[in-house]
Amino acid sequence: MTTMKRFSGFNLIGEAFRSHQGWPEHWPDKAPKASYDAIIVGAGGHGLGAAYYLAKKYGITNVALIEKGWLGGGNTGRNTTIIRSNYLYDESAHLYDHAVKLWDGLSQELNYNIMYSKRGVLMLAHNVHDVQSFKRHIHANRLNGVDNEWLTPEECKAYCPPLDISPRTRHPVLGGALQRRGGTARHDSVAWGYARAASALGVDIIQNCAVTGIRRGADGAIEGVETERGFIASRRVGVSAAGSTSLVMKMAGLDFPLESYPLQALVSEPVKPIFPCVVMSNTVHAYMSQSDKGELVIGAGTDQYTSYSQRGAFHIVEHTLAAICEIFPIFTRMRMLRTWGGIVDVTPDRSPILGKTPVKGLYVNCGWGTGGFKATPGAGDLLAYTMAHDEPHKINAPYNLDRFRNGRLIDEAAAAAVAH
Amino acid sequence: MLLIHCPYCEEARPEVEFAYGGEAHIARPVDPSTYSDEQWEEFLYIRSNPRGRHHERWRHAHGCGRFFNAVRDTVTDVFETTYKAGEARK
Amino acid sequence: MTGFRLADGGRIDRRTKRNFTFDGKARWGYAGDSLASALLAQGQMLFGRSFKYHRPRGILGAGVEEPNALVTVDRGPGRKTPNLRAPSVALHDGLAATSQNRFPTLKTDLIAVNNMLSAFFPAGFYNKTFMWPRAAWEKVYEPIIRRLAGLGDSPTTRDPDHYDATYAHCETLVVGAGPAGIAAALEAAASGGRVFLIDEQEEIGGGALSDPAQWAWLAEASAKLAAMDNVTVLPRTTAIGHYHQNFVVAAQRLTDHLPVDEAEGPREKLWRIRAGEVVLAMGAIERPLVFEGNDVPGVMLASAAKTFALRYGVAVGRKLVVMALHDSGWHDALALHKAGVNIAAIVDLRREIAPELAEAARDARIACYPGYAVTGVSGGQAVNGVTVALAGVGKGQKLECDAVLMAGGWTPTVHLWSHAKGTLRWDENWGAYVPDKTHENLRCVGACAGDWDFGSGLVRGLLPAPKPLHESKAFVDFQNDVKARDIGLAVQEGFRSIEHIKRYTTNGMATDQGKTSNLNGLQIASGVLHRPVTDIGLTTFRPPYTPQSFGAILGHHKEALFQPLRKTGIDDWADAHGAVYENVAQWRRARYFPQGSEDMDAAVARECRTVRSAVGIFDASTLGKIEVVGPDAAEFLNRMYTNPWKSLEPGRCRYGLLLGEHGFIIDDGVSARLAPDRFHLTTTTGGAARVLNMMEDYLQTEWADLDVWLTSTTEQWSVIAVQGPKARRVIAPLVEGIDLSPEAFPHMAVREGKICGVDTRLFRVSFTGELGFEVNVPAEYGRMVWEAIWAEGEKHGAAAYGTETMHVLRAEKGFIIVGQDTDGTVTPDDAGLGWAVGKKKPDFVGKRSLARPDIVAAGRKQLVGLLTDDPQAVLEEGAQIVADPNQPVPMTMIGHVTSSYHSATMGRSIAMALVAGGRDRMGETLHIPMPGKTISAKVVAPMFYDPEGSRLNG
Repeated sequence: MTTMKRFSGFNLIGEAFRSHQGWPEHWPDKAPKASYDAIIVGAGGHGLGAAYYLAKKYGITNVALIEKGWLGGGNTGRNTTIIRSNYLYDESAHLYDHAVKLWDGLSQELNYNIMYSKRGVLMLAHNVHDVQSFKRHIHANRLNGVDNEWLTPEECKAYCPPLDISPRTRHPVLGGALQRRGGTARHDSVAWGYARAASALGVDIIQNCAVTGIRRGADGAIEGVETERGFIASRRVGVSAAGSTSLVMKMAGLDFPLESYPLQALVSEPVKPIFPCVVMSNTVHAYMSQSDKGELVIGAGTDQYTSYSQRGAFHIVEHTLAAICEIFPIFTRMRMLRTWGGIVDVTPDRSPILGKTPVKGLYVNCGWGTGGFKATPGAGDLLAYTMAHDEPHKINAPYNLDRFRNGRLIDEAAAAAVAH
Repeated sequence: MLLIHCPYCEEARPEVEFAYGGEAHIARPVDPSTYSDEQWEEFLYIRSNPRGRHHERWRHAHGCGRFFNAVRDTVTDVFETTYKAGEARK
Repeated sequence: MTGFRLADGGRIDRRTKRNFTFDGKARWGYAGDSLASALLAQGQMLFGRSFKYHRPRGILGAGVEEPNALVTVDRGPGRKTPNLRAPSVALHDGLAATSQNRFPTLKTDLIAVNNMLSAFFPAGFYNKTFMWPRAAWEKVYEPIIRRLAGLGDSPTTRDPDHYDATYAHCETLVVGAGPAGIAAALEAAASGGRVFLIDEQEEIGGGALSDPAQWAWLAEASAKLAAMDNVTVLPRTTAIGHYHQNFVVAAQRLTDHLPVDEAEGPREKLWRIRAGEVVLAMGAIERPLVFEGNDVPGVMLASAAKTFALRYGVAVGRKLVVMALHDSGWHDALALHKAGVNIAAIVDLRREIAPELAEAARDARIACYPGYAVTGVSGGQAVNGVTVALAGVGKGQKLECDAVLMAGGWTPTVHLWSHAKGTLRWDENWGAYVPDKTHENLRCVGACAGDWDFGSGLVRGLLPAPKPLHESKAFVDFQNDVKARDIGLAVQEGFRSIEHIKRYTTNGMATDQGKTSNLNGLQIASGVLHRPVTDIGLTTFRPPYTPQSFGAILGHHKEALFQPLRKTGIDDWADAHGAVYENVAQWRRARYFPQGSEDMDAAVARECRTVRSAVGIFDASTLGKIEVVGPDAAEFLNRMYTNPWKSLEPGRCRYGLLLGEHGFIIDDGVSARLAPDRFHLTTTTGGAARVLNMMEDYLQTEWADLDVWLTSTTEQWSVIAVQGPKARRVIAPLVEGIDLSPEAFPHMAVREGKICGVDTRLFRVSFTGELGFEVNVPAEYGRMVWEAIWAEGEKHGAAAYGTETMHVLRAEKGFIIVGQDTDGTVTPDDAGLGWAVGKKKPDFVGKRSLARPDIVAAGRKQLVGLLTDDPQAVLEEGAQIVADPNQPVPMTMIGHVTSSYHSATMGRSIAMALVAGGRDRMGETLHIPMPGKTISAKVVAPMFYDPEGSRLNG
């Protein structure tokens, strides 16, 4: 175990007087050992979280976290950082609220400011169907102990002044559902904070080490993973590889109900504070917040076809900005600074798969689609729990693979036509 | 925006004229009742999702309306070929 | 020389003065000036303040790479644009520009205190602090950080400008109209194909604009291009991105260079160009050098100083020192000297200088310092001298000057190449990545291809210095205030890849997108890590090449044109009769027709009563309609829908239920068999396109052997529902050729004939439980027939009713609305529609899924009716239902209310709900906990009115 130099304002001032030469590495870059008690494949936020919680909560510290590129370089570093838990079904509300509870206080727990900002997530209703659907969410959330409240159009405007609530718009605002605990966090900091804390607990973070195969014993159980840097043995392997999950699962002989789609996002040039919260509108297909740096952070939709190109089409951006300016017409003179694409893995019911697989010792966390960031601490914790106990926690038990056979789907989007 | 060759219209047209139709060559069983739950699950939900050559369906929705098949590289998004529905897998 | 304006030279028009303001002060320049050149000509060195430390900053570059000189331009109400780069702002009369990110003024910025505290704000400082006390992040720290961050101010009012957009197609698109681009365009044009030549600057010419020797050639080439019919030349047009298959998006600025009162038409125009071949001729951008004080206003790129002198006739100082690592710095210095700019010295870290350069400098009486490096710059808001030292570490020597030019070598502009996923290779000579391979029909020419002779140079960004790296204040990313030591700190803290370093330090993430900082950052990281640059990786360029207004991207897609609003042929009538509308899918539909001071409840109650007691008329035209024709039509529908269709006789209708292959209800509608081989299908309003697509899918790809044709007829028919005991009497006088008697025309039948002289398909169907007809007439006659029916109806006390009344009336009968009473997780049995599933059919879409374990399990949510104990309490749609109201949160919810209304007919509230095991709970009292109260309701069958169906007969 390495000792972690504590982050604090006091130490920051102290270091300032010696030009910050005393800060150690956030995480040492490790070469793989021959074997581990547990291996996590994929060092995104979820995988990093799983490694951290394995070591912190479940007492398994001999853990390797294997990443084909650089940690946090996939969807963790490419998303629009929205956090919320006002989902409809009990299963989803419990899953995402588990994460939101962990977000709260995560900076202190990791000793790393991940900048969780409870700015509120406001979801706009534009027609009677939206109103019915949002009210259903609000009532279900209330009885599940998840905050979510209805705002009138005027209250929406007061909460988010750039909003146009005039009836002249193509899709007038009829109200909104506000989750005040929702908000944003700094995505890179989440990855780095988990990496630093996991590393301090003894987790080996092994970057630039692609998994090339999964080795199973005569009894079918997991024996370890083949990698670019040789075989690494472990009887417990958790795969948390987002868009690449189905490729890794194929190595274990498993076909998965997953498809990978391009998803784009974009930011504007940074400006002084103008946009105080997160706003989502499913009917016009737009969501937006303003980062601490001042950029308007805008999420676009997925392209229609599967792809690993991390590149989307321009008409998706056109539509997204049209949607943004439809509800926030003051922003047409703002300028788009940067666009980028990620690969999102989507299941048939657009809910994740988090639990055991048919292969003994092989666990999976995937299928988060466009909504994985908000679940980061929860998904990490639940994957770690499942690996440590060889049983899912009751929160993630419904997110099994069996549901695609028995029909017990968890289809939030079908139920509400609400984007994740 | 992709440029897609419709094998019926014999023209390359912009992607916005087309609707993606998912993986190709997954035939609906003639008698689904003979399928086990596992087989039915596979038909409904299991997809190959390859990195590389992908057989997929498109519909020239705002054109001739026909469904056809395509082979596209999912890493570069470059189309290798498109061919009519019913033709053998390429 | 007047001020800093050279006596002659440049492409400016010295006879035409332009008046403008900067920070409210009157200034002037010449036609052809940029805002930057005009201000420099007047001796303005200070242009802005940096993002983090609010350090004073001047001009760095003369083009889109400029990181420092960002201004807000105000063109009147609603027309304020922040963060424009002064070198790219064309000067015009009345231009009003202000500096940004300073408080209160550019010269005296109080927030520059950050600069003194900069030791406390290294890269990533925010991760290390602001965590205590826990609540303080959101309440204290974050609001402060946010106020300090951001550059200019966002617009706060609606933009009065509009934006144009178009598509274009060509054989060859050339991006960049410098010498290489112009040559490529001329060559392509000669073969006769359509050629587009686009360039981001005010005029074409690129680097040639800064070289008077090329102006004659340039004028000739421009004239030649202009004369060719197959060539389109677009200046002021930036190619912002390359997308799949040579789809290039370019934005043309149409009016911002004009005085406000001369600006007519759209502000910008978006070109979406599909090209056979794309030729990138985007040139290269000079790299700054990284040394102590390299951000003092007056330190700039050598190429920029050359451009200001030769293109704009402006000297950037009276006494210049050049810090070169590259021959191009010497060439530029000599060109400046020739133009009358005083070059005091050329400092070059290289000991060996090409003899012809050294000789030329000697002839020009320029002091040369080979083997030396600048180690410091003196001056706060402007340069007043530099310190140079042998190899950067020798004894310092002061040189007096008021500007410092940096020549650090050149970076090919490979942005669009990278957008296209073209690969790059490291070129040691350039010290930069150059294009390698692509799968597009795309090539680079000229400097961006690495194919241009700027001479040779040393490849390093960071100059040697007496101070250790961690103490230096040498900047890499000027706008984001990233210093070389920040990169060192990132590496020290374990960040190894350039992606990590970039994100940790924010190097290259400013509005200039790293055009001058990426390569230097990479080189410094490589140096600190003692590993080759290619091991550190490279950051990916993403569109757009330069920041692009949202306005041009969305183009015409705003307000009414954001998405089409579909209206029925009868919509005008509804509008004229005071309808209140609701949006349903893409349609707007009349929701209710208030009379006098009626609110919705009162209007709906009256409309309901009128339908039940007399007759109501309803515009049902938005229903999706599909004509299914062919010998196998019945077989096809039999396979698609849950119901049996083959036995349906011509002239009869049937309620059809459509499942997805997953077994859940996705659509429904009443359909009619007009002939053995012809069906008239209806779908839900929102489902029409989806259902047609699904049917086409099965027809074309699974059952291609079936001889069936599908045609969308949604917009071919206007549909007028006439419902109520007097319905027959209302339509009877208008109908010809159809026997309306109950015997001849029973419920769920269809007849073809005429109404008001127009062909009609007349359905006898009821979504209200009353005697009812649905009159289908060709859409163009809809309004006429509606008015005729209305005139008849008025004689019988008819009311026009809207969707809300339709909803109440159908709920009284327990008819579902797909999407309201179902939600994509509901099976036919769940919805109580088991009767609509053909038990004897071997197969239909979704049938197999209905046998899955969870679908046949007990306890599924089933549709039931609810009657509140308090008959006046109307449940809220979406309210959740529990069995035990006294349990703690989280409660076990067993269902939710799907539909709920006050029923004027029943004189009480009614509701429908999906409840777990609902049909086994008949008579049970359930509870609906609401904020502050709990409502109790009894489970009943979802049928509240006329369960015998006797009213169907009028």
